[in-house]
Amino acid sequence: MKKFLVILLLAVLGYYIADTYFDIGFGQPHFVKSAAPVKDIYLAKTQNPLKVSNAVTSIVVNFRGFDTLGEVTVLFLAVTVLGSVLYKKRHQVGERSVLFNSSSIVTSGSKLLFPAIILLGAYVFIHGHLSPGGGFQGGVIIATGFLLMLLAYENYSVSHTALSIVESLAGITFAGVGLLGFMHGGTFLQNFLPSGVMNNLFSGGVIPIIYIAVGFKVGAELTGVIYTVLHEKGENNG
Amino acid sequence: MIYFILISVLLLLMIAASVYSIVQKDLLYAVMATGIISLILSILYYLLQAPDVALTEAAIGVALTTIIFVITIRNTVRMEDESDKKEKFKSAVK
Amino acid sequence: MDNTLFGFLDYAVYGTAVLVMLIGLYGAMVKKSLLKIVIGLSIIDSGLNLLIVAIGYYKGGTAPIFSQGFLENFKSVSKMVDPVPQALVLTAIVIGFGVTAVALALVIRLYRHHGTLNIDEIKNLKW
Repeated sequence: MKKFLVILLLAVLGYYIADTYFDIGFGQPHFVKSAAPVKDIYLAKTQNPLKVSNAVTSIVVNFRGFDTLGEVTVLFLAVTVLGSVLYKKRHQVGERSVLFNSSSIVTSGSKLLFPAIILLGAYVFIHGHLSPGGGFQGGVIIATGFLLMLLAYENYSVSHTALSIVESLAGITFAGVGLLGFMHGGTFLQNFLPSGVMNNLFSGGVIPIIYIAVGFKVGAELTGVIYTVLHEKGENNG
Repeated sequence: MIYFILISVLLLLMIAASVYSIVQKDLLYAVMATGIISLILSILYYLLQAPDVALTEAAIGVALTTIIFVITIRNTVRMEDESDKKEKFKSAVK
Repeated sequence: MDNTLFGFLDYAVYGTAVLVMLIGLYGAMVKKSLLKIVIGLSIIDSGLNLLIVAIGYYKGGTAPIFSQGFLENFKSVSKMVDPVPQALVLTAIVIGFGVTAVALALVIRLYRHHGTLNIDEIKNLKW
């Protein structure tokens, strides 16, 4: 009886949502009736005063930079809650919940792959304003590299203090660059460095600095999450 | 023509994987189906001309979400309808 | 994407995104195991992000990046796909992962405290 009612409710909900989106249409320009659509203004400003190749990067860091600061804060809060809920006794630090011997192919292969993955992650977040990529993508790739090493070796450990220091310094850099914008121009997170030639590495003002800070912060945070979850020892399994 | 076949196959696979992950009782297989949904979604984002979003979804949805789910299954139950207290009660009755 | 048989694709992408969202919502409302409910929440996130990105697509459009080839050949901005939904979805994916991680930490604590993951038994253990 309950399943039938749930299916009926979901069918009504799905009909109304799908009807709205079918009226909008797929692939048609939607908002041309207004005088100045938002998309045209953002793309025009990305080309002329700002000179950045990646339009999505310029929206995420420059035009909507405050939302990115909020997102970095929410991610930090989630990691803190995770660390405080999974309480770990002091004398049990160092025991893992997954203990198995990997074969020799896995151990030698991951030792070769680990520097390449870190290099790829650093390349992605340094060239965030020139090609698809950016701080979040590069940080997650670095965390995946550390995950590979944590799963292949039994006694591989990342020092928790170093991760905390890197994460805090990166967060202070982000907020500090925003405060420097106050002193030089007018608003918080304003672009005060000169923007050079398009498609150069040193172009776009403050954008590479902010994205490097975000890349370090996200990489350190997600490595901390994986490390906390992997060292969670249950009471009924061995 | 080739794009039409490709997109239709991908969309059908996504619906099939999501139904499988809700219905299946073995939780490890359900988590793998969620990883397949993220992989197909990443290909669809590339076909919709959004490369930044495709990079983010491929890295977060496939790698990190799956490992967190698998560690949770390791620390709790594996099948959907088993628990500690039920087994203790049954063994005490017998 | 080609223009052949494009009339079918008008309804297919939106319909699939809404259907995946509804399947996830059904799993979150009906199932009894806590881990299945968290899996349902993660599937809702995936379907919703596809729906938002699919709004900004233009037929015959290209990616919103000013590369060398674009500046020499096209020279007009009106052929670019809308970049604003992509910037919003970038944030939404990361926050969805954060919510899933916190929910799974709570599931582990609940299992240690009650010994079961069935929500009927957890509600009965209150009294």
